[in-house]
Order: sequence, then structure tokens, then C-alpha cells
Amino acid sequence: MTDNILEVRDLVKHYPVTQGVVFKKTVGQVKAVDGVSFGLRTGETLGVVGESGCGKSTLARVLMNLEKPTAGSVVYKGQDISKLSGGALRRLRRQIQLVMQDPYTSLNPRMTVGDLIGEPFEIHPEVAPKGSRRAKVRELLDLVGLNPEHINRYPHQFSGGQRQRIGIARALALRPEVIVCDEPVSALDVSIQAQVMNLLEQLQGEFGLSYVFIAHDLSVVRHLSDRVAVMYLGKIVEIGTEDEIYERPTHPYTQALLSAVPVPDPTQRHNKTIIRLTGDVPSPISPPSGCRFRTRCWKAQDVCAEQVPLLEIRRGSDHPSACHFAERREIVATHEV
Amino acid sequence: MSDILVSEQSAPGTGGSGRPSGRLLEVDDLRVEFRTRDGVAKVINGVTYHVDAGETLAVLGESGSGKSVTAQTIMGILDTPPGFVTGGQVRFHGKDMLRMSNEERRRIRGEGIAMIFQDALSALNPVFTVGFQIAEQFRVRRGMGRADAKKRAIEMLDQVKIPNAKSRFNNYPHQFSGGMRQRAMIAMSLALDPEVLIADEPTTALDVTVQAQIMDLLAELQRERQMGMILITHDLGVVADVADRIAVMYAGRIVEEADVYDLYAKPAHPYTMGLIDSIPRMDEKGQQLRTIKGLPPNLMNIPPGCPFNPRCPMAQPVCREKIPPLLQVGHARASACHFAEELVNRD
Repeated sequence: MTDNILEVRDLVKHYPVTQGVVFKKTVGQVKAVDGVSFGLRTGETLGVVGESGCGKSTLARVLMNLEKPTAGSVVYKGQDISKLSGGALRRLRRQIQLVMQDPYTSLNPRMTVGDLIGEPFEIHPEVAPKGSRRAKVRELLDLVGLNPEHINRYPHQFSGGQRQRIGIARALALRPEVIVCDEPVSALDVSIQAQVMNLLEQLQGEFGLSYVFIAHDLSVVRHLSDRVAVMYLGKIVEIGTEDEIYERPTHPYTQALLSAVPVPDPTQRHNKTIIRLTGDVPSPISPPSGCRFRTRCWKAQDVCAEQVPLLEIRRGSDHPSACHFAERREIVATHEV
Repeated sequence: MSDILVSEQSAPGTGGSGRPSGRLLEVDDLRVEFRTRDGVAKVINGVTYHVDAGETLAVLGESGSGKSVTAQTIMGILDTPPGFVTGGQVRFHGKDMLRMSNEERRRIRGEGIAMIFQDALSALNPVFTVGFQIAEQFRVRRGMGRADAKKRAIEMLDQVKIPNAKSRFNNYPHQFSGGMRQRAMIAMSLALDPEVLIADEPTTALDVTVQAQIMDLLAELQRERQMGMILITHDLGVVADVADRIAVMYAGRIVEEADVYDLYAKPAHPYTMGLIDSIPRMDEKGQQLRTIKGLPPNLMNIPPGCPFNPRCPMAQPVCREKIPPLLQVGHARASACHFAEELVNRD
């Protein structure tokens, strides 16, 4: 596909588990991301959902080239970014930016907001010549809904939602094409969360940004995403458009995940089916053979332990699902508002 | 559903009315402030709520609304200083706990009222085994011997559905997963059969599938034991699933209290309305989310009149002058809004 701005192919990231202090030896691998492929189309939002430990944050780090992948490629406009270094990498970094989860620790407390947002210009002076930087920063502050007069304030003088806006302004400073958002609203209160989500949507429309939106909150992801990938233990188990995933999920894990989300409507209390998963997520050091979800799956058969189910379009479905027994099941009764 | 205790939200410093009412646990016109170097933050400004046996009261609010501080005051674990109770009562079986001796309060903790916290890893002691920490209560508070205490502790672990409770007894908290730790903490808090359980954001740190398991467990245990439960949370989804009544807090006040069905069907306070509108719903496809503009007030400088007025889409001049009291509107519900009647009677 040529309209993909970012193309991820068979991405693998393993972290070695070592033993011993002087004579270190590798005794295992944490398979954080284990063969993930997807394309990000220009101007779209791809939501990545999954529970803790499924590898979604590692995925973000590899996409940003903060970690080198163990195998596989991340191709941005025809260039494999994991193979770049030096000047070429720096130039590319302009195009892909990151918004982090915790607005309290991701901003240097000793820098003013002006310095924080202006810092990218130091590294990429070609974007804004020295004289125009303050003006640019003011523009950015205004863009994300902060008062440009507050340019000399420090992060502690802002609330959580405002700090997240600073983080977004900083990510926007270099006019990137792709923004990877790693749980950007999960640390915020509901009323503030909605403000930041609306801001992200508005900026996307304004600048034609493409988002990789990583979150654990399925409602937030549905609201913002065009397509959604569901991850479990380092693999994508199901991927499709927002409607395909939420209205016609076929993978048992997706179905269980969706059914567990509490719906803010007490009248639904008694007429919803909740699929209760038992047990915990297995360790990514030694994931189960075959299908990784089989240890918690109610459909598991012998074949699930033997064969790794491929992420492919299954019979009776319209989008890829990595389950031998993929089957449509309605979980969320959606209505338009 | 029980009726609602309507407070007058009287002027600061008048304290509680002190009349006994036969309720299990009552917070009456509670006022707490934090005296810090930068000034005095009025964290709780006249909070009144109650919980009876067998019912679940959800206290809903955003950070800084005072929901956790109220719970800490009930439990007597408020950090003093900086926190000071400046008025009101917390009555357990009609007796004001704020005027009890430390010894009396200690007896109520665990046996009368117990609490579970958001972060189980920091609530459990890392250097003792989980089993020891549960058994300790039976030994100290019930005078049991080591072997009996261990047996009871294993029973408790079983009750909260920890698999292989016997072998898990000797595990340390770090050997448990997040969901397991939360179960262990529930076992610990229920060990002495409390009449009221305060759950402060019990599932906020957990994944959705685990959250569902824990909420199920809590609901089940509550039903079996006919406990009163105070569920403190910011999550409107969780509340809709388990609560009987809801008290919504804003800037240290209850702004609305209602039966769970009434509250979601027709909120009687603009803040509640804003909250419900601003959550993305998985079962709805919509465009822009409606938001509540602005920020919660600085508790050192709460705006005059209704504390919500700078953010309120309905604000009138009267809202900047008079603090609206929490008054009954319609059937068994209360709202602290000058225009509550209009909100309830709208179509």
C-alpha cells in the first residue's frame, strides 16, 4: 500500500533476562513485542489497545526509535528508521513525535514553558530561526489552548491537563506528520480528559496529522480511532476499523475485553453479558505455545496449543483476527448520538 | 432505596447537629482544612452523607474534590498536620468518632470500619508474607494462636478466590500480580468482619478484565455480609454497575446526591451533567465530546457563591453571590444548585 505513512513489518523486540553479575549470561528473553505488523495511513488514527504488559508501550518506543528492534522494520515513507543513525535519524525524528502519559514527570521542572516548547528548535534550528522562536512558542501555546502570557511559567504552576497541553505543544513544535500518543489522557480527570481528546482531534484536522494512539481505555480509543489494533502478550490478535472491532469482534480476547468495560448506564446493569476471564496474563518470558491466549480462553482446543493462529481474515468476517475459531459475537450495542 | 439526609450546609464552624438517627455510619457537616506553608486549603466544606448496612454509596469526584480526605477522616488516618478537622461529626452507630479516644477509635478500625486502597503494593508491607499480615490481625485482635490464625488467614484467602491459598500464604506481596494483591488486601480488610467497608479507588490501577473480577468479588462479599460499602471513585462506569446511591463531590462539597438510576437518567446539577456528557462511551458513536470548560478551583481560593459557577454553563448572577445549599429536589434526591428544580423538571 502506498498511502501508508508508516509501515511496520514483523516487528520484534526482545529484552534479555540475565543472571550473574560478573559473568552475565542470558537465561531468557522477555518477548515484549513479538511479530507485529500494521500500516498507518496518512491522516488516520490507529488505536492500539491492550492490558498492561501486552507490549503497547514498547511498541511506542520502537516506533520512535528510542529502542532498536530485535527484528523487523519500521518504514517511514520508504525509509527503514531502525537502520538510520546520525544526521539522517535526526532529520527523521522531526517527523515522528511522542506525547507521553505522565505530564508530571515528562516535563523538566527547572525549565520554563517557553524553554520546554522551544527546545526542539535548538536541535532543529532550520524549523525556526533564532529571532522568531519566542513568537513561535507563543503561537503554539495559543494553539493548544494555553495563555501565551504564561510563557515564563514553570510546569508546577500548571494543572495536569494544562501540562499535557504543554506536552502536546512540544510534540507539535517541529510540525511532525506522525504523533505517537502513549496513554495521553489516562492520568487526567474525566472533565479534563475530554478537553484534551477534543484538542487532539482538532489538531489532527488542522495539520493532517496521523496518530498512533496507545491506550488501555477502550472507550477513549473508540472515540478517537479510525482503526484499532488489539494486542495481547506482544502480538496483535485482531485489527480492523473502529466498527469492525467494536461491533463485530471475532477474537475471544477482544470480546472479553469489550464485555468487561463498565458502561456508564445503570439501566444496562442486568442485561449485559460479561465474559469473565480467569487467571492472569502469562509471563512474556515464556508465553504459552501456539495461541498465547489459549490459557485463558474458553474456546481453546488442542490445535490452539500446537499452531500459532495467523492474523488473517477468517470465514464469516471482514477483518483480520488471530484465532482458529474466530466467530462474530455482538458485545456492545452501539447507537448513534 | 433509603431516603436522603438533606443538610443545610450551614455556615462554617457551626459543627454537626449531633442528633442520633440509628444510621450505621454518618458523616455530618464535616469540615477539613489543610494548613500549609502557602496558605489554608479548604478541602472539605460541609460534607454530609451516610451509609446503611447492605447498601453501596458511591462517592464520585475528580482529583481534589475531597472524596479521599473524607474517607481518611472517617478512618482516622488523616495526616495531622497539615490536615485539621474544623467542624462536623463522623458518627458510627450514633457515636461521634471524632471525639473518641485513640483507643476507642482503634477498636472500630478493622472491626467496625475497614478500608482498602488503590495501590495494593504500597498498602501491603513488603517484608512480611501476605499470609502473616492477614494472620496478624487474628492474633493481635482476636488473641488466636499461631496455628489457628494461619488457618483463618487461609480461609480468608480462599474467600477472596486466591487459587492455592495454602501455598500462597507464604508468598510476599511482590510475588502476587496486581489483581491478586488487591484480593489479598480485600481479605485483610474483611478479616475482622467490618460493618462498613470503604473502598478508595479499588480498581483504578487494574486492567479492565481484572477490574471486572475485583468488582464482582466486592459486590458478592458485600451481599453475603450485608456490609455497608462506600465506594470512592472517579469512574462513572464502575459506579453505574454497582452503586445504590451516588454522592457527587466538587470542591469539598456534595453537589448532588441521588439514587443511581435517577442520577444517570436526569442529573440535577450542572456539574454531574457535564461529567456524564464528557465521558466517551463505548456504546455510542459521536462527534465532539462535550466538555466542562475551565479547571477545578484552587482550594485555597474557592470562588464566592457556588464553587462551580465559573465553569457552569447555566451560571446567573445569584450563583456568584450565594452558596446553594444541598436541598431536596423531587423524590429522594438532593442537589446544591440554585436551578435544581428546573433541571429536574426539564423534559
